[in-house]
Amino acid sequence: MLRIEDLVKDFGKSRVINSASFEVKDDEIVALVGPNGAGKTTLVNLISGHILPTSGKIKFLGHDITSASPYRRIKSGIARNFQITNLFEDSSVLDNVRICLFSVYDKINRGILSANYYRDITQEAEGLLNEFGIEAQKHEMPPNLSEGDKKVLDTAMAFALKSKFLLLDEPTSGVATGDKFKVMDTIISAIKKQKMACMIIEHDMDIVSDYSDRVLVLSEGNIIAQGKSEEIMEQDNVKEILFGVKK
Amino acid sequence: MNLKDLVLRPAFFICAGIFIGMLFLPQTLPVYQLMLIESGLTFAIMGLGFNLLLRYTGLLSFGHGALFATGAYAVGMMGRWFPDLYRIEILIPVALAASLIISAIFGFICVRHTRVFFSILALALSMVLFALLVKLYDLTGGSDGIHIDLPIMFGKSYDGVKRFEFLSGGYYYFLLCTCTAATILMYAIVKSPFGMALQSIRDNEVRAEMIGIRVRRYRWYAFIISGLFTGLGGALWSFVNGHVSPEISEWVFSGEIVYMTLLGGFMVFVGPIVGSILFTYMKLYAISITQYWMFIIGASLIAMVLLLPEGVAGGFVKLFARIKRANSTGVR
Repeated sequence: MLRIEDLVKDFGKSRVINSASFEVKDDEIVALVGPNGAGKTTLVNLISGHILPTSGKIKFLGHDITSASPYRRIKSGIARNFQITNLFEDSSVLDNVRICLFSVYDKINRGILSANYYRDITQEAEGLLNEFGIEAQKHEMPPNLSEGDKKVLDTAMAFALKSKFLLLDEPTSGVATGDKFKVMDTIISAIKKQKMACMIIEHDMDIVSDYSDRVLVLSEGNIIAQGKSEEIMEQDNVKEILFGVKK
Repeated sequence: MNLKDLVLRPAFFICAGIFIGMLFLPQTLPVYQLMLIESGLTFAIMGLGFNLLLRYTGLLSFGHGALFATGAYAVGMMGRWFPDLYRIEILIPVALAASLIISAIFGFICVRHTRVFFSILALALSMVLFALLVKLYDLTGGSDGIHIDLPIMFGKSYDGVKRFEFLSGGYYYFLLCTCTAATILMYAIVKSPFGMALQSIRDNEVRAEMIGIRVRRYRWYAFIISGLFTGLGGALWSFVNGHVSPEISEWVFSGEIVYMTLLGGFMVFVGPIVGSILFTYMKLYAISITQYWMFIIGASLIAMVLLLPEGVAGGFVKLFARIKRANSTGVR
């Protein structure tokens, strides 16, 4: 589904992503792990089109999308959430999801009928909030939500874009430890139901091993290991980078 | 909310009552007062357009005077160069077409930037138009401006009719209906998915882009729609004022547009309408009191920002919300 070939990103003289190459298959859930500053969020930004690479190629469903705009990438089926929740703070929870659906169904520039006229979209948004377990808060404003619910809403918005490939940047950061697995259960069951491929950036190795099919380890812009989580965790260089354990 | 829910809202009855009351103003108000109201109504149409950018798109324009001047000068230049076509049913579409072209050009340049850069670019472009209006004497009448004759309105000629008779007759009702239609249209725009998209762009540009909203393109559309409303206001105002001159394209008038919107309250949909009518009266009475009327306007702006930042309409909305909350909770 997604193929990254020799991707490089330089910020001035600093090389943040160094010739990264990997692939994500259909329906696969891949975890991207690495220490702080490894370049994980940069990689997500490159794939989502938020920033453009210095060199290399990004192919999605066989098409070269290396220099495509975020709009084109979203329309071709790539969606993302944000590490720091990134919501429309002055719109209700329901409207945060509805605007995503209006965008997906190309209703934004289709005349001046009231947004409330599109009842099917409102119902779909409510259904999505129900699936993610936050329908009860649909009339709340995002600042009134708990951090966990904000994260779920952020992911629900990415999910509403009906993508084929979802980039989740630390979906449980800021969530209370006791709620992390609940949040992940909700997200992963929704992803599996829709048969989407997904790449998750995560620091919590329990979550990585429980929810991912494959793990990519990124260090100083290089992919240093990839494979099943139990195999990866046995490698000395991975242990050293992730846990500081020296042989 | 469907049409039935909308009609059953108290706000609908208040607006309908105001509209019906305004139908009887020509019979109850002195002509001079009526002209002030008419001037206020033209500014209200402009204010609605201006606020689409400020409130709903998060862009503060200091150059809307140029778009207002575009509509007003389109009428004036049609009268000067095409007197045979000087009919209101032709003049309004021509003014809208001129506004469309100018706002599309200005918008294309301005929306590439946001915040203070957008404001300054809009201001600079308006001053370019101001300079052209002053310098192109043969075309625009230069600093003298252009006299606006009374147009033929729906087949009726107003030759030999005094302006105040024209303004207190059919034109008042035409203006009132146009202003009402513009208000309804703008309300529909801001409540549509397009309006929601603009507010998303205002709140969070990065996220808006990442959910597939074409940020720059929709900002441009908003600028064009805003320009059309502003140009329409300018065209209608030219008949009330009887004369157009380059001052309406200058930054001072653009500042007055900002003031009107803040006075009414830019966070409330009807704020610009309230502000426009209030400002028309305020300015007139300030001028009648002292030659330093700008001091009064300036001082009142400072007082308002400090004491009533929500504006007049915003203050009322806040007050009603407080009363409603007190009634529902029993706490005062």
